[in-house]
Amino acid sequence: MNGEKSIQIKSSASALYNNLSVLRIAPRCLTYFTVVHANVVNMVSASWDGLNFSHRQLQSKEGNIAASSSLIMQASWCVLPSRELLVLTSQKGIQMYESDGSIMVYWHALDNPETPTVTLPKTQTFIERISSGSVLVFDIPSKGSNVMLSEVLEEHRDAVTDMASECSGSLEYMADLVTADDSGLLCVWKSGEDFQLLHKIPGFDVSCSSVKLWKGTVAAGYGTGQIRIYEAVTGIVHAEVNAHARWIYSLDIAPFSGLLLSGAEDSLVRVWHLTMNPDANSVEVEHLYSECITDTQICGAKFCDGDGYAFAVTGYDLSEIIRYTQA
Amino acid sequence: MSMRTLPLLFINLGGEMLYILDQRLQAQNVPTEKTSKVMNDIICTLFSKPFMEELFKPQDMYSKRTQRAVLIRLAHSSIMRLNQASMDKLYDLMTMAFKYQVLLCPRPRDLLLVTFNHMDAIRAFVSDTPAILNQVEETYQQLIKVYTPLSDGEFQLLRQTLLMCFQDLQIRVSAFLKDKVQTCSGRFVLPLGGPVPCGSEVPGLIRLFVRCPGEACRGQEVCHLFPSGGAYCGALPEGSFHMSGDRVITLGTNMYSESRPVQTQVSESQNFGQHTKMSIAPNLLAKEELTLLSHLLGSLENQDPDKTRTFYRVNLFTVDMEEEYGNCVELSFQVLNIQAAKDQQAEEELARIVGEFTEKGEPSSSPRSKGDDLLTLMDELQ
Repeated sequence: MNGEKSIQIKSSASALYNNLSVLRIAPRCLTYFTVVHANVVNMVSASWDGLNFSHRQLQSKEGNIAASSSLIMQASWCVLPSRELLVLTSQKGIQMYESDGSIMVYWHALDNPETPTVTLPKTQTFIERISSGSVLVFDIPSKGSNVMLSEVLEEHRDAVTDMASECSGSLEYMADLVTADDSGLLCVWKSGEDFQLLHKIPGFDVSCSSVKLWKGTVAAGYGTGQIRIYEAVTGIVHAEVNAHARWIYSLDIAPFSGLLLSGAEDSLVRVWHLTMNPDANSVEVEHLYSECITDTQICGAKFCDGDGYAFAVTGYDLSEIIRYTQA
Repeated sequence: MSMRTLPLLFINLGGEMLYILDQRLQAQNVPTEKTSKVMNDIICTLFSKPFMEELFKPQDMYSKRTQRAVLIRLAHSSIMRLNQASMDKLYDLMTMAFKYQVLLCPRPRDLLLVTFNHMDAIRAFVSDTPAILNQVEETYQQLIKVYTPLSDGEFQLLRQTLLMCFQDLQIRVSAFLKDKVQTCSGRFVLPLGGPVPCGSEVPGLIRLFVRCPGEACRGQEVCHLFPSGGAYCGALPEGSFHMSGDRVITLGTNMYSESRPVQTQVSESQNFGQHTKMSIAPNLLAKEELTLLSHLLGSLENQDPDKTRTFYRVNLFTVDMEEEYGNCVELSFQVLNIQAAKDQQAEEELARIVGEFTEKGEPSSSPRSKGDDLLTLMDELQ
């Protein structure tokens, strides 16, 4: 991999799981990045020719009141069939913005939240999880701000840490969503009028901080530094990787190529390749390469495109987004 | 974020303060009985029942300004008086040492072992004073009761909350630079090797589980190795989470020794960064500050009912910077007095806080009058 010019951000990244979100805007040849710092979200838009960068900072809000000091837990884009929304989750609630962060579309107050978000692109919904273990499902209209809470899923007893929707783009897989919590429990769901729980994969009290769902396969990153690959619907373990020497903070999958990216507190980012063997009902995992961000505990690692041609990394106390592209 | 950070924050920072004071006071040939008195007084205040009860209540982290005010008050709960420069340096050292410990902790749960290391040393400092020793023992029990049931995920959240508090602090400490645990840019060195945390495996192994299609075979395990890029070895045994025992982790033990003078160098840009971050949610901060300090004040009054004490002025750090500051400036209760003339920015800010209380009118019991009473009380104690 080549290190490309890194992007400076206005303030350093906080030590939060999955603290980097990337949105590719092909029609405008731009990529947006967001990184959370305490009660502020740093947004950068980078042109593909590498020449133009523009910065914006969003501060957490409470309803219509400007500038709150409540800490932001995560900022990520939700890609829905007809629109993209930037969703910020803070200690006080959930704020949804238009994808460039310009206009707030919706605000939902929560009593005790700590949440990330995920989207289900098939349907017009997206989902929040909160520290009590509940998962909130919202219906999003294709335009406007008439967002409604449609369902609350209560399967987890520990704080939910991450969620993922099936990212292969194919409709052939039964599982649509996987949710993970602090005890390592993974719940696999099917979306519909009401969400249906398909399977629960136990965690044996090892916290799962990051999870991805691709071609009916769950990739989960744990506090012990292990990555485990499961078949979503049955919970069968396909692979166990002693991947990192410290807590994993971020996983990402490039859906077109099957590349898997993992970033951890041990300062390493590793790229793996997943190959499905449906005949053997197994998944192969191959290590491709690793990069070290010296003296930095990684908190966000994301591919910048669906092929995994490039990826970006953030770290605690680091005021830049480091990017790598395939040589 | 976590609501359980304060006891760990103040016990560990307090512990670092004691290590530094112990070493510096001895290095400056302060008589032993005075050093012991200083240490005992600080430990007694830190572990006083009202103070600990307040800290152990589940609550958000205090602002940096409040933390600093409390630690300054703690340092001055003894007969020792530090000038501004000494206090600043002491604070820098304490916070960077604890940041280092939080960052390098192998598992988030090991933060409790780091705390026990500080507690073990504190217990040794007061082993001759049964009354204070008792307070320390009670705090051990409280720590065990509150923290041992927390899950790994809850500990990680606690750690992340502490890391947010120390974000962007990159003061270079000469002891760390010499030991090569900190780089010239102020970042702490993260080694690519050493023992993995308890419960983790050495990276490098991929295990694939292959199932034979159709037949009733049990399946196979195929293993591959990959280069881990580091020199890792197996985990050390787990440290003791009991009242005493081998903690195994060395983070949190006393890293200062007679032969090592303790100094700090401060890079200019960092100071500005720290300054601008100080003013978050001023209304809340003022209220918390006053609550906590009222508890501290309570224990101070008990210690010295006749309120006549001779203070012992100390310059902790003998560096050139001392000359620039001129004479010692007594850092007393004026830190919170809104008439304080020293820090123009702080004065305006505090005046604004008081103004906001009056203008907006808090719906609950009037903090304005409470604040007034406390400030008056503190003025009277001078």
